[in-house]
Amino acid sequence: MKQAEIVVIGGGPAGLCAAMSAAKSGAGVLIIDRNKSLGGQLVKQTHMFFGSEKQYASTRGIDIPEILLKELAKYKDKVEIKTNSTAVGFYEDGVITVLEKEDKYYKVEPKAVVVATGAYEKFLSFPNNDLPGIYGAGAVQTLMNVHGVKPGNRVLMVGAGNIGLIVSYQLMQAGVKVAAILDAAPKIGGYLVHASKIRRMGVPILTSHTVKEAIGKDFLEKAVVCKVDEKFNPIPGTEITFDVDVMCISVGLTPLNELLAMRGCRMKYVPQLSGLVPVRDENYETTVENIFVAGDASGVEEASAAMVEGYLAGLCAAAKIGYKPDDFYERRKDYMNQLNNLRSGPAARHILAGLDQIRR
Amino acid sequence: MFEKTGIPSKEMVMEKFPSQDRINKGPVAIVECYREIPCNPCETACRFNAIRVGEDINNIPQINFDKCTGCAICLSKCPGLAIMIADGSKSEDTVEIKIPYEFLPLPGEGQVVKGLDREGKHITDVKVLKVTNPKSFDRTPVITIEVDRKFLYEIRNIRVEV
Ligand SMILES: Cc1cc2nc3c(=O)[nH]c(=O)nc-3n(C[C@H](O)[C@H](O)[C@H](O)COP(=O)(O)OP(=O)(O)OC[C@H]3O[C@@H](n4cnc5c(N)ncnc54)[C@H](O)[C@@H]3O)c2cc1C
Ligand code: SF4
Ligand code: SF4
Repeated sequence: MKQAEIVVIGGGPAGLCAAMSAAKSGAGVLIIDRNKSLGGQLVKQTHMFFGSEKQYASTRGIDIPEILLKELAKYKDKVEIKTNSTAVGFYEDGVITVLEKEDKYYKVEPKAVVVATGAYEKFLSFPNNDLPGIYGAGAVQTLMNVHGVKPGNRVLMVGAGNIGLIVSYQLMQAGVKVAAILDAAPKIGGYLVHASKIRRMGVPILTSHTVKEAIGKDFLEKAVVCKVDEKFNPIPGTEITFDVDVMCISVGLTPLNELLAMRGCRMKYVPQLSGLVPVRDENYETTVENIFVAGDASGVEEASAAMVEGYLAGLCAAAKIGYKPDDFYERRKDYMNQLNNLRSGPAARHILAGLDQIRR
Repeated sequence: MFEKTGIPSKEMVMEKFPSQDRINKGPVAIVECYREIPCNPCETACRFNAIRVGEDINNIPQINFDKCTGCAICLSKCPGLAIMIADGSKSEDTVEIKIPYEFLPLPGEGQVVKGLDREGKHITDVKVLKVTNPKSFDRTPVITIEVDRKFLYEIRNIRVEV
């Protein structure tokens, strides 16, 4: 059995910042991530980020992992990194089972854990939604921005949240035509600066529209969409058919946190945080002592908030096991202020409403 | 409508523009950021303190046209690509417009390309005067185009046909 002071599960922005923060306090940290390289969602975000300087605003997402890893390298005698390693089990005995590559299992017994496993994509049900050519937005982004493969020639984007808008823009940058962006909601969900920059490329955004069916024999050939009323019921006679070979589904994310449920942390369904999330206190400690959560796994938000949550959870996890630095209260206050600042606007009203239901 | 289509109304656009007099004096930034979002790189980027977001980063940026030198630094830093520069000091018939353009191929200097409005509709042909793409712009090239004055309030994008 491997021993570790703090294990961080997931090496996205939240996990990297949690590890950095805990190591800065003096704790030994083991980061495990199932991917080949660290960075989580960031490795496919070729666009500039929002937020403020402290969260690397205006820097392209793809460049942020390098900045974080450089910072993390300052504590290299405290930090061990295991990629290609998936946490597959986490039970009452507090032991984490890790699967390395595809064949090697081992166990780790940590004093504290930060779960920063991110989120996974929701899908949509409609006839023939299993035709080749129908992808989740994350898959399209991975193909295009990680592997340099065009997903097709003409895309219908389903979902006008930030992800749908940004992936549409990136598709156009890759030379793929975007026929239209639809959303069942009556208003565009993403930031309007993103919507405007796509609209002025000539791409129509159809709000109050949904997918009726996909058509194709061996792969997607056409998509039929229709208008919906205020109750999201399709309105007959409003069908439009698009000749597309790709449909990209971007209808939101769900927190990925089964490990916490497995470990016995109290979970609660909070729609504003996009699904089942762990109950936690203001330090991001769950209902099980020394088990912390950070980032999208604690509720789907943004990389900016994920990083700050990571710093906070890492700091508090280290303090709980005896590494409480002199500037603990200052650092904690700074992170809490940054989170409040990020969440103070109308774009985050739902997050605040969600957080109200989840505090321990 | 803006919330449904992403196209700002004429009135919204006009509200963000400085006076004709100011535009005729020299380059000035037009910041088309209409809704509150947690973002402030425009403020951080401006060395002349011409843009203010303030303590609460959700505030809508406010620009002081008298302090703005039209240097275009903010233009490449804005993740929303919401900023453009207008300069009416060069000619009575045309204005020079700077816009961010993150697509390949980039136009060549002297090339005539399609000028598009905020819906992406072709409204006029425009001449590319300059393409600026230094490392500090971090892969957001800035294109300077020469546009007939009557399209000052409509022009917002270009299309380079291959
Ligand atoms: C298209 C798109 C655009 C975005 N644009 C922005 C933006 O402009 N600004 C912004 O702030 N945010 C943006 N975001 C959101 C941002 O990417 C996420 O909020 C952020 O990445 C969440 O960070 P995280 O660390 O919580 O999770 P992730 O980045 O998802 O990282 C989770 C990590 O955990 C690993 N993992 C999961 N399960 C396990 C396991 N069992 N064992 C081991 N490892 C595991 C995964 O491999 C992954 O590396 C965007 C997201 C998308 C999809
Ligand atoms: S153009 Fe230059 S001076 Fe004007 S607001 Fe932008 S950065 Fe400031
Ligand atoms: S940087 Fe751009 S998107 Fe961000 S607040 Fe300033 S103008 Fe708006």
